[in-house]
Amino acid sequence: MRVYADNAATTKVSDKALEAMMLGLTTLYGNPSSLHEEGREAEHELLKARMEIAALMGAETDEIYFTSGGSESDNWAIREMAKRGSKKGKMHLISTEFEHHAVLHTLQKLEKEGFAVTYIKPEANGIIDIEKLKAAIRPDTALVTVMYANNEIGTIQPIKEIADICHEHDIIFHTDAVQALGHIPVNVKENGIDLMSFSGHKFNGPKGVGGLYVKKGIVIGNLIDGGAQERRKRAGTENIPGIMGMAAALKEAVEEMDTEIEKLTALRDRLIDGIIEKIPAVHLNGDRERRVPGNVNFCFEGIEGESLLLRLDLAGIAASSGSACTSGSLDPSHVLLSIGVPKELAHGSLRLSFGKYNTEEEIDYILEVLPDIVKTLRLMSPVWDDKNGCMKKISF
Amino acid sequence: MAMTYSEKVMEHFTHPRNVGVIEDADGVGEVGNMSCGDIMKVYLKINDGIIEDVKFNTFGCGSAIATSSMATEMIKGKPVEEALKLTNKAVVEALDGLPPVKIHCSVLAEEAVKAALKDYYEKKGLPVPEECSNECNGCCHSCH
Repeated sequence: MRVYADNAATTKVSDKALEAMMLGLTTLYGNPSSLHEEGREAEHELLKARMEIAALMGAETDEIYFTSGGSESDNWAIREMAKRGSKKGKMHLISTEFEHHAVLHTLQKLEKEGFAVTYIKPEANGIIDIEKLKAAIRPDTALVTVMYANNEIGTIQPIKEIADICHEHDIIFHTDAVQALGHIPVNVKENGIDLMSFSGHKFNGPKGVGGLYVKKGIVIGNLIDGGAQERRKRAGTENIPGIMGMAAALKEAVEEMDTEIEKLTALRDRLIDGIIEKIPAVHLNGDRERRVPGNVNFCFEGIEGESLLLRLDLAGIAASSGSACTSGSLDPSHVLLSIGVPKELAHGSLRLSFGKYNTEEEIDYILEVLPDIVKTLRLMSPVWDDKNGCMKKISF
Repeated sequence: MAMTYSEKVMEHFTHPRNVGVIEDADGVGEVGNMSCGDIMKVYLKINDGIIEDVKFNTFGCGSAIATSSMATEMIKGKPVEEALKLTNKAVVEALDGLPPVKIHCSVLAEEAVKAALKDYYEKKGLPVPEECSNECNGCCHSCH
């Protein structure tokens, strides 16, 4: 049995998305820039996809730019909005400590170029305190960028409140909605979002395609020069199959959203309750209620995340961890550290993220396998106190 | 980052040898750093200069557990003088290699064994051999 519980990393392409992609690969293979019938057909499909995607998030058709995915959109939006601010002498940017690295690394680069960045520390429940945002605003603040939902702990941020505050101060507001779009209701107009990044493969669309919403009236500089595609801002022949697949996947996700939220919330809560009941010394990361329906993130005292992932994988469960060993660096997850999880505990984190193809049987299987794996690893851990059922207090 | 471990590493990770604690150990060594995410503790039972039994407890990733298992296997039943010659390189070779970012785990395994031997010499009131000098500060950053 294989249980894929890593849907926050990527998802399986849905049948409808695949069908749309196949059409784009085999039948509608023309170049939208060409004058002939094949080209016109492809152009028509591109427009249709743009209209659909825009409508599904409450945007206008010409407010959507297609990109290669969330990271590209984040880089583009932040760099350009910083540049826009600098022209008016605004050299201050605000973000949070627990953004995706596509945002954090872009901001760090901008700091080297002379921008000042304030990183707001999220509260222990993984949600940004609006008062801290208010306090961070300066007369020269050009941009606020706060993620819609966190990729590790799934917590949903107060996007509308953040946008309102930004607009009171004439500040541009960008959000990375990669983990939110297609999973929870997202409407750019209702929430007052100025720019929003999204990615197809997080909602059962294909990889390598995403987009950036840019509110009409906000001028964004070119990302790639060399052609008229994406209103001259991002040159290069459009990824028609990818865009068609993403549009079909988003349509399906939004149509099924109510039932999916209900199903996934039930699965998530069943797993959270089960883990707390069956395994001692565990800590749920992120607010229990205000999180995306498919996200479960725990820290297990006394064990290290990579060993846990390897054992789960051998038992047929694909998951993810914020431990240093799995990140390819030596530090544990910046997200967990930002919400105040101690380093020694952050090494023992486990993220299980679910999507449309997961079932209740799979949750029960995880609950059957996980306690024994945790127990085995704890019994060989020098920092686990089995008598007292907790981590030993050690200071180095 | 996807990482591939050798079959040997996976075998020692899934079936680690010598896991446990020796209550009346003649030498105990603990190395590592909780904030780095690796801690190894090695227990030695030594009789007439021969390592009769060895046990370990490890908090760490797959390769930390596998290197602990392999290092303890390599010194079990051996004279102390031979155990003093254990190197992290030999542990890595015995495991058919480790990914480059995991080399520090093998260093930690060597250091854990040496720390336990040092403790043995000290308890016996004997001069501590040079091989036991701890070059590892317990922080994995120093190996990268």
